[in-house]
Formats: sequence, C-alpha cells, structure tokens
Amino acid sequence: MNADAGEAKSGWLDRLGAGLSRTSSKLAQGITDIFTRSRLDDETLEKLDDLLIAADLGPATASALTARLARERFDRDMGADEVRAALAGDIAEILAPVAVPLILDPLAKPHVILVVGVNGSGKTTTIGKLAHQFRGQGKSVMLAAADTFRAAAVNQLRLWGERAGAEVYARDDARDAAALAFDAFKRARAEGTDVLLVDTAGRLQNKADLMAELEKIIRVLKKLDAAAPQSCLLVLDATTGQNAHAQVEVFRDITGVTGLIVTKLDGSARGGVLVALAKRFNIPVHAIGVGEGIDDLSPFEAEDFARALLGLTR
Amino acid sequence: MFDSLSDRLGEVFTRLGRRGALRESDVTAALREVRVALLEADVALPVVEDFIEAVGQRAVGEEVLRSVTPAQMVVKIVKDQLTEALGAEASALDLAVTPPAAILMVGLQGSGKTTTTAKLGLWLTNREKKKVLLVSTDTQRPAAQEQLQVLADQAGLRFMSVIAGETPRQIARRCMVTARLEGFDVVIVDTAGRLHVDEALMDEAAQLRDIVNPAETLLVADAMIGQDAVNVAKRFDERVKLTGIILTRVDGDARGGAALSARAVTGCPIKLIGVGEGLDALEEFHPDRIASRILGMGDVVTLVEKAAESIEVEEAERLAARMRKGAFDFNDMRAQLRQLGKMGGIESMLGMLPGAGRMKAQLAGQKVDERILVTQGAIIDSMTVAERRNAKLLNASRKRRIAQGSGTSVQEINRLIKQYKDTNRMMKKISKLGKKGLMRHPMAGLLPH
Repeated sequence: MNADAGEAKSGWLDRLGAGLSRTSSKLAQGITDIFTRSRLDDETLEKLDDLLIAADLGPATASALTARLARERFDRDMGADEVRAALAGDIAEILAPVAVPLILDPLAKPHVILVVGVNGSGKTTTIGKLAHQFRGQGKSVMLAAADTFRAAAVNQLRLWGERAGAEVYARDDARDAAALAFDAFKRARAEGTDVLLVDTAGRLQNKADLMAELEKIIRVLKKLDAAAPQSCLLVLDATTGQNAHAQVEVFRDITGVTGLIVTKLDGSARGGVLVALAKRFNIPVHAIGVGEGIDDLSPFEAEDFARALLGLTR
Repeated sequence: MFDSLSDRLGEVFTRLGRRGALRESDVTAALREVRVALLEADVALPVVEDFIEAVGQRAVGEEVLRSVTPAQMVVKIVKDQLTEALGAEASALDLAVTPPAAILMVGLQGSGKTTTTAKLGLWLTNREKKKVLLVSTDTQRPAAQEQLQVLADQAGLRFMSVIAGETPRQIARRCMVTARLEGFDVVIVDTAGRLHVDEALMDEAAQLRDIVNPAETLLVADAMIGQDAVNVAKRFDERVKLTGIILTRVDGDARGGAALSARAVTGCPIKLIGVGEGLDALEEFHPDRIASRILGMGDVVTLVEKAAESIEVEEAERLAARMRKGAFDFNDMRAQLRQLGKMGGIESMLGMLPGAGRMKAQLAGQKVDERILVTQGAIIDSMTVAERRNAKLLNASRKRRIAQGSGTSVQEINRLIKQYKDTNRMMKKISKLGKKGLMRHPMAGLLPH
C-alpha cells in the first residue's frame, strides 16, 4: 500500500517534471547564465524579472518576486542554485495555501461537481480523467452532458464515460443545459450515485447571456439540494496568459468557483500565471493535467511545482 | 488590478501632457509603461523589447520633442508602430493554385481548429463561391471527426465521410483524390491538436503537409494565449512552414497580444479572426483595429459594425426619431435595454468606446451589474400601458405595486426613473448638436467633461 503510494507519487512527479522540464530547463538555463559570474545587482535582477515574465508570471508578480529577492539578498554573491532555491521557496510559499486536494462530501449523494471554463480549455477531457480517478476510489460516477451547444460534445463525453466506466446522462436533442443538469441530478440521486460531474459548454467570460445560463444551471441544481453544486471547478488552460485573471474573477463571481484545474501543463511550460492567481484569488488548485491519457491528471503540489518550474531536481 | 493600456498611458501622458515640452527622460518613463502594458496584454517579451526599441527610436527623435502635444505624439507613434508590426493592412487568403487548393489547419489542442475549419469553409463558399470539401484527420480526440461532420451539416458544406481505422495520412491521401475526382476548388484539412513540443505529432503534421501540398498552412491560435505564443508559432513555422495565422476568440476580452507575438516571430500575416461561436463569426483581420484593442484605445469601427448587426435598423430609426421629438418613453427604453443586451452588455460596449477606459474603470469600481439590464426590463414590464407612456403617473403607490410585480424595490424603480430622465436630457443635448455635429464628434456630447 505504502509502496504503491510512493510509486504513484514518483510517477506523477516524473510526468510533471517531464512536462515542465522544457520551460524549466529554459528558465533554469537563463538563470544559470545570469548568475554564474555576477553578484545580485540591478542588471541581474532585471534579467531575472524578464525570465519570470517569460514564464507567464505577469509583470506585477515578477517584479514583486524580484523585489523581495533584492531586499533580502542584494549585492550578495549568489550562485545560480542558491538564487533558484530562494525563488522556488518564495514561489512555493505563495502556492502552498492553494495546493488543496478535491475532497468529496461523503454525505452528499451525489456530490455534484459543476465543471466550467472557456472554450477549448479541456473541460470534457478533465471530466473523463476525474471520473476515472473517482472510479478508481470505488465511487459510482455519473456524467451529465450539459454541453448542449458544441457539435458532438455529447459523444465526446460518452466516449470518456465508456473509458472511465461511468454512466453518462445525455439527450441527443437537449437544448436546455439547466433542464438536463436537473434531470441528471434527479437520476443520480435516485440511483444513489456518489459523484455527479456536470459538463458545460465552453464560454468566454465576457458573454453575459452565456454566463447567465451557468447561473441558471446552479439555480435549478439548488432546487433539489441547496448545497449543490458542492464543487464548481474552473478548468484553466496553462497556455493562457494574463486573461486567466479575468477568467477566474468572472467565473468566481458568477458561479462561485471552489477550485481550479490547470490543463495542458505537458506543453512547453507556462502555468506561471498560477502564481499570480494564487496571490490574488486564493482559490484552491486541485489538480493539473499533464497529457491526453486518462491517467494524466495529478494532484497539485506547491513545492514540486515551484521547484519544477525553476528546473530544480527534487 | 490590470489597467488597460489606455488607462495606463492615459495616466502617464496626462502627467507628461501637463509639463508641455517633453524630455528624453519623459519618453523613457512612458516607454516603461508601454512595456508593462504590452506584457500585460500578453505580448511576448522578446517581441516587446524589439517593439519598445523601435518606438523609442522614433519617439526621442525630433518628431516628439518638437511636437506641441508630445503626449498624443507618443500615443500615435506607439499605435502606428503597433499597426505596422501587426501587418499594416489586411492580407487575404492566397488560393491561386491549380485546384483543388488545400488548406491545412494546425494548432494546439483547444485553439479552435475544428470550428474555424467549418467557418472558413462557409466563408469561402459564400464569399468566393468556392466548392469546398471539409476533411478531418483528427483521429486523436474522441468525437472530433463527428464534430466537424455536424458543423459541416449545419453549414451545408460537404464533409468527406469517415472510414473507421484510417490513419491521418491515409485520410489526407484519400481527400486529395476525392477532391480531384469530384472537382472541388478547395479542401480544408483539419488536424488533431498537437503540442509543438511533441516531436512525433509534429512529424505527422509535416507529413500531412507533404501529402496535401497546401496552398495555405494556417496556424489557429487562441487570442488568450500567453508568452508561449512565440514558441508555439516559431515551432509550427519551423516544422510545417506556416503561410498565415487565424486568431480565434477575439470576441473574448483578452487583449490579444498573441497576435503581435505570432506575427513577429513567423513573419506570417494574420489572415482572419474568429469573433464568436456562430459559423458566420469569422472576419478579416484589420491590424489597426487589433492595435487599438491591444492598446485599449477603443474600437469604434467594430462597435458600429456590432451595432449594425444586432440592432434592427427600423427599430433604431424609430427610436432615434422619437428621441429627437422628445417623445422617448419607457416603451422605447425597454427596446433600448433589449438591444444593449444583444450587443454584449454595458461593459463590452464601453470597452469599444475610445476614451471610455476610465469610465469603464469607474464603473468597475462600482461593480456594474450586467443583470441590471434584466431587472430594469422587468420593472418596465411590470408597468401599465399608461405608465410606460407617461412617467409622471408614477406616484408612491404605483411604484410599490411595480416593485412587487417585478421583484425589485422602490429604490431600484427610482433609479430607473432617474436614468430615464437623464436619457431624455441627453437626447435634448444631442438634438441641439444637430445631425452634423453628431457625425463629426460622435461621442463628444455624450461623455461627461
């Protein structure tokens, strides 16, 4: 059991490391270049600032981090590793409070999870992975195909349901997402299902009418159970730049986002915006997506993430 | 937290503007703000550095220092430089090859390739009267082929039927044969989303390119993408040789710095932009408009176009006539609210008005509730026919009744009445300006001074 857990942990760490290594090696190389010879002076700090910006931390967060480094270590001779460790420590400190796993309410039958996000962020794939995880924990899972907009979205979800061994509640002619979510909830409840994952259509957060549709879904779910949805997960594409701020803010205000899942971290990096998001919104990050496979969903670990981001070995 | 560039520059330039003559240090200060603003707009760092250098050279030249209004001069230089960097003018698709001309669509997962493929098919069919075949080689994502098929059906386009078990390469070969035999002008080949660092899949993309020998190879890129845009664009260009870029989700509120990044590293023009979920929501790329948007300088042209699309012309004319006559009543206000809702709500409208950036920020401070359009609509719906025509009838007991009927409060009704009166006053102002004056300064009479 323990050995299993250890193996699973190193498994996802490897994947995270592999996924992040490309950016991190770039970032790490940059830092090494800067610090191999010099002491921590203005020019060095400026370059450091640039490196953080290039990792999508955003100009404000980047300068906050370098300012802190400057305050504490200015004019000191610092090796590249020392700088990296110090930065990783600072970043991990920011991320630690939001590295919180998704916990199901055992009393809720079902625990309703509403999954929201902009188009193409990876909601349906994430739902497939989550369903697989819950199934692995011996939970019964139902998926509600409330993406009534995108062509073939229902079938995409059906295929994930098959892979994960989860029942899919869908109607091919469904037009009203809220009505479908409501019916799925009723069914899941009648069947005593443990988890209901509600897939919604992707929507840009500045579309007032589409955001109102999400409000409506929540409203009707609450008619059956005032505590539902127990979780509302915002799926965020790691390649997203500073618009992630607007996404989190608006989805939080309208749907009461309880947690984030960050996808596509197997690309050439990013995810740097998470640092700024953690600082500003303090919303838990439950998991990260590191590939297209059903197992490619990992818990979010602050220190590992920060160290991997800066190219440090464990 | 994130000021728009117009706010940011507004502040700097207000500061600079007050001083009259501009020193070199002022320009440097302004450029620092431009740099941060561009970074916040997701323009990639190396691109920002080059851009700032180019602007700096122009700005510290005599152009600015001798100018009477140095601040505006800097804004103009930034805007001009940005427009130039984005491609100066719209660039059309080049399909002048022996048909069938293939278009290869590539990009990351979730960038919008499949939807864009269908949009492009519809665009070429309608605008250029081409006979278009849509093909999906995405055997990766569950139901991806079916998605394109459904979209093709919706758009009334031909979709090349799927044969189970075929590899992307086999599909690509078959589609070119089909297109030749059946006399298609254009074949649009959708591909699986792939990470630019995935060597195997990038190889596959290059092979697909060699098979279909595309007239256009288009990178579909999300307008929300961050600093990674340069790496993505560069890598795709190296591996499959891009001829153009389609920027999607430009209808979102991302500033779209990716446009500049992708354009700068590939040298490829941005050919089209996706502006909505409907299959007709594809537009030509206008560099000046995106430049304005990245800078947050307002996009009047888009606003006017958007208005033209969503406002029924007759309705608008009727409203305008009533406003001029001073006969604007609650029925008209109701119609107006409905149209405002259609245009994407208050904030998105303000974002497109030049100089409204600050106003927008103020409103944001007060938490503009977009739902107000709905509540106010409900209030008006709860009025009697007579009340809607004559605001003076609204006494305390009527207000209470309306509040109950619309699920609001008397305060909210008073607010609506005040707004109605303000609108009427503004209308009088506008009619005084006259039609000519209004055309020359479209917003001058409306904005508070």
